[in-house]
Amino acid sequence: MAATKMPIAKAINESLRKAMENDPKVLIMGEDVGRLGGVFRVTDGLHKDFGDGRVIDTPLAESGIVGTAIGLALRGYRPVVEIQFDGFVFPAYDQIVTQLAKMHARALGKIKLPVVIRIPYGGGIGAVEHHSESPEALFAHVAGLKVVSPSNSSDAYWMMQQAIQSDDPIIFFEPKRRYWDKGDVDTDAIPSPLHKARIAREGTDLTLVAYGPMVKVCLEAAAAAQEEGKSLEVVDLRSMSPLDFDTIQSSVEKTRRLVVVHEAPVFLGTGAEIAARITERSFYHLEAPVLRVGGYHTPYPPARLEEEYLPGLDRVLDAVDRSLAY
Amino acid sequence: MTVESTAARKPRRSSSKRASSAAAKPPQSSEPQLVQLLTPEGERVRHPDYDVELTHDELRGLYRDMVLTRRFDAEATSLQRQGELGLWASLLGQEAAQIGSGRATREDDYVFPTYREHGVAWCRGVDPTNLLGMFRGVNHGGWDPNTNNFHLYTIVIGSQTLHATGYAMGVAKDGADSAVVAYFGDGASSQGDVLESFNFAAVYNAPVVFFCQNNQWAISEPTEKQMRVPLYQRAQGFGFPGVRVDGNDVLACLAVTKEALERARRGEGPTLIEAFTYRMGAHTTSDDPSKYRNDDERVAWEAKDPILRLQRYLEAEGAADQAYFDELEAESETMGKRVREAVRAMPDPDPLAIFEHTHADGHALVDEERAQFAAYQASFAEEGN
Repeated sequence: MAATKMPIAKAINESLRKAMENDPKVLIMGEDVGRLGGVFRVTDGLHKDFGDGRVIDTPLAESGIVGTAIGLALRGYRPVVEIQFDGFVFPAYDQIVTQLAKMHARALGKIKLPVVIRIPYGGGIGAVEHHSESPEALFAHVAGLKVVSPSNSSDAYWMMQQAIQSDDPIIFFEPKRRYWDKGDVDTDAIPSPLHKARIAREGTDLTLVAYGPMVKVCLEAAAAAQEEGKSLEVVDLRSMSPLDFDTIQSSVEKTRRLVVVHEAPVFLGTGAEIAARITERSFYHLEAPVLRVGGYHTPYPPARLEEEYLPGLDRVLDAVDRSLAY
Repeated sequence: MTVESTAARKPRRSSSKRASSAAAKPPQSSEPQLVQLLTPEGERVRHPDYDVELTHDELRGLYRDMVLTRRFDAEATSLQRQGELGLWASLLGQEAAQIGSGRATREDDYVFPTYREHGVAWCRGVDPTNLLGMFRGVNHGGWDPNTNNFHLYTIVIGSQTLHATGYAMGVAKDGADSAVVAYFGDGASSQGDVLESFNFAAVYNAPVVFFCQNNQWAISEPTEKQMRVPLYQRAQGFGFPGVRVDGNDVLACLAVTKEALERARRGEGPTLIEAFTYRMGAHTTSDDPSKYRNDDERVAWEAKDPILRLQRYLEAEGAADQAYFDELEAESETMGKRVREAVRAMPDPDPLAIFEHTHADGHALVDEERAQFAAYQASFAEEGN
């Protein structure tokens, strides 16, 4: 047992370092990832230890970053690219959707695209426009991509290495407002599979499903509900594509109630898919309709309003009450 | 001696039409000179910077490549008309640009094409029948890019130039002395990806040759709608050389591309080649060029036909006799027949192929949907029993 306490950003940093040590084909690419170590310092120190050839500061051009990463992957490299902020991924969206996602299928499986795209995402840090978005559903909707998001240091450490080892393109959403949250990382552990959901807290009265930054909010909600004698189970999804419906289903069939929580707009979001599918799978087990808590169908608001926009403890508990009232 | 082609000097469209629109005013810079080694009349000329010495055998080889490529292209167009292909993007008129540049590549070089590089595919050794699967609708590519170092056709305009640049960055990292060629058209030069690829290639000194076939038309839009500055000149702004070559002159295309590839191998970075040529037919079988351009233009370019000029040169040099041309004609017919039969014999894929190769490592949802689909399909078989 070699558990060490470290923040999520550091866990990703350690994970990248390990991956680079283990495989000389792993490259880091992006804007400011070199000497600066990234604007969130997630790649801190890697340039110093691995040099220009492995940690590549790129021109300021997102499509170029992803497009050249595809070319490097075709040459046998395993690029891990950083998109500086969620709202900046769209210039690269074409390369991700029309090229990265489809090339393996287009080649009838003859070529592989082991590219990881890291995106610090979500709000809660008082940032300006385009720095607080949650576009994960836009990627999860695209066949050929896999979409994951860790909520804690241990998952950040292990999921990053699993993503790099995968032969598929993976969009790795990092909950930026949790970068500084500390947690235990056991570097000798046997990690659970990348796309398996985790029961973050056991409960019997209702299931809360969340991922990334909202897992912490849901755990706090469950603790608060405990005070009122309600037992909430929290499922940390970890992967938005593929989605581990089996874990959600067995939790729901135990608790008979489900509330899905995410920062992204509710409309056509990850919660919509979960609600629809769990209704199909577990209709006769449900005591209440599946409820969703999330962002509104508006642009992400200016920072002074983001606490109103983001699901907090009260909005989650309100949904819990509504569900339990059925 | 530098030969300036009439094509480069003469405005392509009537001057009255140009004058009618201020926005369509041609660039102020003088029209660039083309690198040319073989005139439209088949006369061998010299250029101070570029040359190529070929044996009669090699000259006949280039001629054969162009003739067979044109025959293949014509066959595919016919097959589309007969309903065997859903679409075809003809290369008619661009044989010299493709064969010249394609034959300049070495086996270990890597090529990233658009969807019109049938002649380059031929040079790379890709079986032409493999190119037809996507146009017939049985796959989206279907060949292993690593067998001939010839990437899949890319339909989204300009995307592949970044893949080529990234691949070339990898080649440089590996310390290999191979090079990469990225093909694209004049329309693609308006895409951000192409300009980003120029910049990445320059910044990382990547061993990539950007080979633009300026065939004058992006579907119905003439080059005036794409650019204000001659294409090859753009390279200068990114910090690498650009050269305009007569795209209907296979010898010049070969010489210029060879030089650019050698430059890349020497670690001197990218080159932009603008092959000044003409798309004789439609953009694809879906459009009708008579709606957007006049016949005079085509007639003027027919006089510069790439195959005819090499034929004249071969005859003048005594490099090929009638028996050679007759034999090649017979070979063309045989190939046409083979292509026709191969296309007609292409089976529709198994319906379950929908679910194949979405991911390398599998995906739970795809697996689930495949199983549901298979059960659905099977239910019909049971009904039939």
